[in-house]
Amino acid sequence: MSPAGRASIAPPLRRVPLRGHLQRGQPAVKALVALLLCLSASAVLGVGVSTAATGGAGTHTSLPAIERQAMCVTCKIPLQVAQSPQANRERAFIQGLIDEGQTEAQIKRALVSQYGPAVLGLPSTHGFDLVAYLVPLAAILALLATLALLLPRWRRRARAQAAQAAPPPPLGSTDAARLDADLARFD
Amino acid sequence: MSRRLLPILVSLAGVCLVGLLIYGVLTQSPNRTLDEALAQGQHPLAPNATSSLPRLSGGGASLASFRGKVVVLNFWASWCEPCQLEAPLLERAQRQLERHDATVLGITYRDASPDSEGFVRRYHLTYPNLRDTTGEFAHSYGTDELPESFVIDRHGHIVAIRRGEIDQTFLNQAIALAESS
Repeated sequence: MSPAGRASIAPPLRRVPLRGHLQRGQPAVKALVALLLCLSASAVLGVGVSTAATGGAGTHTSLPAIERQAMCVTCKIPLQVAQSPQANRERAFIQGLIDEGQTEAQIKRALVSQYGPAVLGLPSTHGFDLVAYLVPLAAILALLATLALLLPRWRRRARAQAAQAAPPPPLGSTDAARLDADLARFD
Repeated sequence: MSRRLLPILVSLAGVCLVGLLIYGVLTQSPNRTLDEALAQGQHPLAPNATSSLPRLSGGGASLASFRGKVVVLNFWASWCEPCQLEAPLLERAQRQLERHDATVLGITYRDASPDSEGFVRRYHLTYPNLRDTTGEFAHSYGTDELPESFVIDRHGHIVAIRRGEIDQTFLNQAIALAESS
């Protein structure tokens, strides 16, 4: 799509609208990249926090500590805030294991064996739950693809700007004489 | 070309995310395929019949291992009050059913085994009970509330569904089926 009207514009000028467009579009692109960065960072942090939360602590624990990491499997909300007969049974089960002196890791294993993996609030690795793992991965890939697309363009723009910033060509003799005359009037 | 590509891709990603959300909401809603089939006069095969589930008393079994019997499949959990109310009815029905090569088969839904065992002792239940720890077996029956019961004929077809507490009339269907088949 190159309109005939633009064909007569000299090459250096023809780049100007494109650069102008890029400069106008730049904040939006940067915002998009920043958003993608935030998304992927939060995904990575989320995985980290989740890993830390589910990591096997070898020490004795308390009911609130386990409650924070478990789900009410029928109400599908965190056990910490769940108020239902199922949640109360889960709490009683956890408390029983705590009273037996079991560690956090042992209690979590027991919870999974009794209520299934969903009790730890981690999505399963099949069916629709896969989305929870695939979407952050797709976001990271999209971020990388966007960067791969935009970085060369930014570099080209930076080079073009550097070229523009070069000192202007010296004035012609007529222009120089006129400038000198104008300046002499101010002396 | 590429400056148009980026907004298109971003819009596409947004549409995909919204689509995923809608799909997620729809798949989380209970499946009523079995109820619809029954309403149309069909007798669908009991789903996941060959899935092996742990027995509450130890070992494992599947619904298929009861093939040839009339089965009253009952989803329950120890904390569920209607399940407590219907347990004596089910046990009484079991005594009649077992005389005609039929049985009640309990499926505990995400219930801790010590709690389930306590429930079985408390109501003197003699029928077999399997454990659905992940909830996937129950999900295939569209079970999202407890209790729910299904009458399954000797060929593994569902002939009646009760989503909620059962009564003697519902159990009589199973007893009549066991006596007549």
